[in-house]
Amino acid sequence: MKNRIDACFEALKAEGRKALVTFVTAGDPDLAATEDIVLEMFDKGADIVEIGVPFSDPIAEGGTIQRASLRSLKNGTNLDQIFELVSRLRDTTDKPILLMMYINTVYRYGTERFFENCKNVQIDGVIIPDMPFEERDEVKEYADKTGVYSIYLAAPTSKERISMIAAESKGFLYIVSSLGVTGTRSEITTDFNELLAPLRDGDYVPGCIGFGISNGEQARKMADYCDGCIIGSAIVNIVEKYGKDSVQPVGEFISSVREALDA
Amino acid sequence: MDKIGRFGDFGGQYIPETVMTAVHELEAAYDKYKDDPEFNRELRELYRDYANRPSMLYYAEKMTKDLGGAKVYIKREDLNHTGAHKINNVLGQLLLAKKMGKKRIIAETGAGQHGVATATVCALMGLECEVYMGSTDMERQSLNVYRMNLLGAKVTGVNSGTATLKDAINEAFRDWCSNIDTTFYCIGSVMGPHPYPTMVRDFQKIISEEIKAQLMEKEGRLPDAVVACVGGGSNAMGAFYDFIEDKSVRLIGAEAAGRGVDTPEHAATIAKGDLGIFHGMKSLFLQNEYGQIDEVYSISAGLDYPGIGPEHAYLHSTGRADYFSITDEEAVQAFEYLSKTEGVIPAIESAHAVAAAMKVIPQMSKDQIVVINLSGRGDKDVYSIARYRGVELDEK
Repeated sequence: MKNRIDACFEALKAEGRKALVTFVTAGDPDLAATEDIVLEMFDKGADIVEIGVPFSDPIAEGGTIQRASLRSLKNGTNLDQIFELVSRLRDTTDKPILLMMYINTVYRYGTERFFENCKNVQIDGVIIPDMPFEERDEVKEYADKTGVYSIYLAAPTSKERISMIAAESKGFLYIVSSLGVTGTRSEITTDFNELLAPLRDGDYVPGCIGFGISNGEQARKMADYCDGCIIGSAIVNIVEKYGKDSVQPVGEFISSVREALDA
Repeated sequence: MDKIGRFGDFGGQYIPETVMTAVHELEAAYDKYKDDPEFNRELRELYRDYANRPSMLYYAEKMTKDLGGAKVYIKREDLNHTGAHKINNVLGQLLLAKKMGKKRIIAETGAGQHGVATATVCALMGLECEVYMGSTDMERQSLNVYRMNLLGAKVTGVNSGTATLKDAINEAFRDWCSNIDTTFYCIGSVMGPHPYPTMVRDFQKIISEEIKAQLMEKEGRLPDAVVACVGGGSNAMGAFYDFIEDKSVRLIGAEAAGRGVDTPEHAATIAKGDLGIFHGMKSLFLQNEYGQIDEVYSISAGLDYPGIGPEHAYLHSTGRADYFSITDEEAVQAFEYLSKTEGVIPAIESAHAVAAAMKVIPQMSKDQIVVINLSGRGDKDVYSIARYRGVELDEK
């Protein structure tokens, strides 16, 4: 079976549209709310959803996602419950679902068992921000065996490394917009033309820019450089504010970004 | 070491892509300078003239007689400038930072010893310094916070997570991700991504090199055991390293058992930890079944880290080194014992090593020799020991 991520980007390309990838932390404020939020995001125009697996020490995250992880862990959220969540989501949606998580969560669960479970509940890919290209062998064998995509990150500091990373990444390349950790930023100043230049003439996976994108206007601007954009903290901020009543405000926000992207 | 940055399966470089370039840059700089005669001349000069090296190796005669077993020598890292072994590593890293043209230094600190050492050397070398410290640790080590301020460093409190050492490390990594061009991250122990565990060990191995030479001069032979406390494990790696190939020398690490390894309140990573990947390295960590890192506890702020340097995990896995778990009570008793017996007040961290040594010394024969690495001095701990003993000190 074709990976849903590939199918998604092919369809978008045919329509001349940009991908909207959205993120939410699982179990914040609880898993039932996460389920509703994910479905609402797909409904309002998200193409791919990343579900954040909470970790006690998320070193790549800014305050917003750190706090969401903590709230979720206080609720007792664990990886098995997140597999069950995705399994339930698959009754309703056939769109690409990814997990965003730290390597210790995969390793401690048992890498082989982790990827088998991803395959069973139809998780299409994983993003592991503390597993750089050099440590890819940590998951490669099992990811390849199960057909679950491992999506790698490239950063503004990756100029010399970006083609190597893009060649390894499956589904898409996660392009980190700026130095630093996740969280909304008023301005993104990275020279993407320069950063992405090495990828211009090759046959690479699509690229999506994330970290710091907080509204439709920024999303539109970023998407001009690549194939889509990723929004995380801006959504988690809404969940932090509205808790169990987040579904509608998240939906409205996603609609506004979708509209800007398609304009 | 098997492949680059690995000790067996332990170690590695599990860090966000944003800092990979900086870590590679550091690796290249370290490879360039580690055998550079001029760099080493400068470092030796700083060790001697600024840090007061070599630290003395002292025959603890009363302790030897009292325990009635092996002959006890104490390696006096507590007599270094700033009062602990931490200065050895900081002088090395910041000399390297200067060669690399970095102007801003960040560090994490638990008890405050590494923070103080970093602030000290930044003052010496004219570098900007920011130290991350858990707000819980800032409270229990307020004297060291003020000391860092005196030295011109900015101390930033960390409230996330458990507000202790591991959270300070998380925050330092986040800072590094944001300021990669200007900033050098001076890690305080043999932990983190490669090249830190190797580089920090190399800057600390002078401890074992000196012990070997000093004991050769005094006794004409190798010790039978070397004992050191282990949090991340830098003083222990320093004290062990030059003896690893000398198989007759038993290497003993002392980790913090807090209120006991069978209670939830300890920091005994070797005794109770599981394989994991965190803070850039594959090693042993105290964690739950889903890989969430545990909150750890020890009376010693310098030992309450939920992981251990990868080379220690390796030495443990091969059986080359033994690791003892020492409770708060045992450490406090050793703290008091060394003070009364030898007139040396040890850091509560180092008191864990003294306690471990006191377990093996009486079992050994009189012609055997044990070296205790006294990694730091105990002035900073007097308050908390008094509190532990229920004594009110009226100084505030």
